[in-house]
Amino acid sequence: MTQMLEIEGLIKRFGSLTAVDGISFSVDRGEVLGFLGPNGAGKTTAMRMVTGFLPPTSGRVLVEGFDVATDPIAVKKRIGYLPEGAPLYEDMTPLELLGFVADVRGISGAAKGRAIGQAAERINIRHVLRQSIGTLSKGFKRRVGIAQAILHDPDVLILDEPTDGLDPNQKHEVRRLINEMAPNKAIVISTHLLEEVEMVCSRAIVIARGRIVADGTPLELEARSRHHNAVVVRLPGDQADACRGQISAIEGVASVEVVSDGSGAAQLIAFSQSGGVIIDRVSAQLRGSDFRIDELRVERGRLDDVFRELTTAA
Amino acid sequence: MSTTLAICRREVRAYFTTPLAYVFIVVFVALNGATAFYFGNLFDRGQADLQPLFGFQPWLYLILVPAVAMRLWAEERKAGTLEMLMTLPVSTTEAVFGKFLAAWIFTGIALALTFPMWITVNYLGNPDNGVILASYLGSLLMAGAYLSIGGFVSALTRNQVIAFVIGAAVIFLFMMSGLELVLSVFQGWAPGFVVGLVQSLSFLTHYDSIVQGVIDLRDLIFFLAIMTLFLFANVVVVDLKRGS
Repeated sequence: MTQMLEIEGLIKRFGSLTAVDGISFSVDRGEVLGFLGPNGAGKTTAMRMVTGFLPPTSGRVLVEGFDVATDPIAVKKRIGYLPEGAPLYEDMTPLELLGFVADVRGISGAAKGRAIGQAAERINIRHVLRQSIGTLSKGFKRRVGIAQAILHDPDVLILDEPTDGLDPNQKHEVRRLINEMAPNKAIVISTHLLEEVEMVCSRAIVIARGRIVADGTPLELEARSRHHNAVVVRLPGDQADACRGQISAIEGVASVEVVSDGSGAAQLIAFSQSGGVIIDRVSAQLRGSDFRIDELRVERGRLDDVFRELTTAA
Repeated sequence: MSTTLAICRREVRAYFTTPLAYVFIVVFVALNGATAFYFGNLFDRGQADLQPLFGFQPWLYLILVPAVAMRLWAEERKAGTLEMLMTLPVSTTEAVFGKFLAAWIFTGIALALTFPMWITVNYLGNPDNGVILASYLGSLLMAGAYLSIGGFVSALTRNQVIAFVIGAAVIFLFMMSGLELVLSVFQGWAPGFVVGLVQSLSFLTHYDSIVQGVIDLRDLIFFLAIMTLFLFANVVVVDLKRGS
């Protein structure tokens, strides 16, 4: 079966600046791909090429087999797109805007009312449908933007920073919605919120300076962190040095860092050599000694470490 | 087609949700009346026709039509909504045509609202209503040609004021191309056929003959050709600008 979304060697140059430098990936039904990268990495430019807004300098975009360069209308029919910043016609009401989008997408009659009703229901904007968009809060505008993107129940959904500017409850709601739609669609979201990747994405691509620097599941990315499988021990500050000596000697422990907090307790972080599991040996060692341990836990790895490492490497 | 109509409907509604529409219509109708009565001596000349009205309209259009056209693309580009519009299943041609049509319908509504003057001359005398109808047609065609230029210029910039000023300037050149002002630039160095060509582009010449009641196919074709040309240029500019 062909992939829902296939991107091959996508390049975009603006004059001498190369914004996107040879990106290839594909997304299948049921996948939620997180597009990660610092600001200016080329996420938005890449999405604009996928949705047919910008013509690429070279490379190909296929949506369900249709090439965006030769058959843009067929591609646009199959995609729902939330552009960066959710630009909307501010002088319209959400109802008018959704009506317009339905008209352009050829949804008419009873189906039109049903589609608008469903989208408004799912994204929870029913009570502001008749208010001018210009008067809505940032969060509502973003949600109207999402409603507009899912109106025709597209197979491919491209959302550029869908939760930007939303409060924690609204973020939760949008993420729940994405998870809910995920099984039937190929979804690409761009974000710089790492927790979002963990919560909604089945796969993450990190891009920096226009290139893909990592591609894997959030867990695989976390495993690249030096915090992966590190053990954190909290105990009274006066025992810290002795404990550190004991843990350092354990096989598989690369190094131990001590962080003291204000309350007189100390936190030891024992990093694992090559990411292997060390908690069993560390806990056995501690059980045999008489330190007063307040807390003992394993770290999964920190996505933001990995992110920083990948995107700032020279 | 239905896509073009959907865009056209949205644009017409967009005109009427802002004060622009009402300001424009009131000013247009009031200035039409003022010029026709005050400068054109509609009453005193003692003739039952609307020549005083249509004689000044090209000049009113010169100022007012660029104001209608300036927002067509510049506003979308500035607000970023162009990205939303152009990622819907819409071809550039459909978008250009839908927007142009909306602006033309809007201008047509304003023009139609000068009907009290038509009633007035019919009440006072027996005008040749055929000539008046032809004049309205000529005026509408002229407005369409102006709008196509204004829309094209609007696609070149994200600044509506620039779109207005440049649009008015380009329209002015086309109006004046039959007069010495523009022709003298070409006379002296350009071959005679170029001067003749420039002269034949004059909006006023073609407009005047229609307004006299002479509907010559060549004049109709002239205006339709101007519209086609600038709408096509508009499509090209929207596509080119998107790529950079």
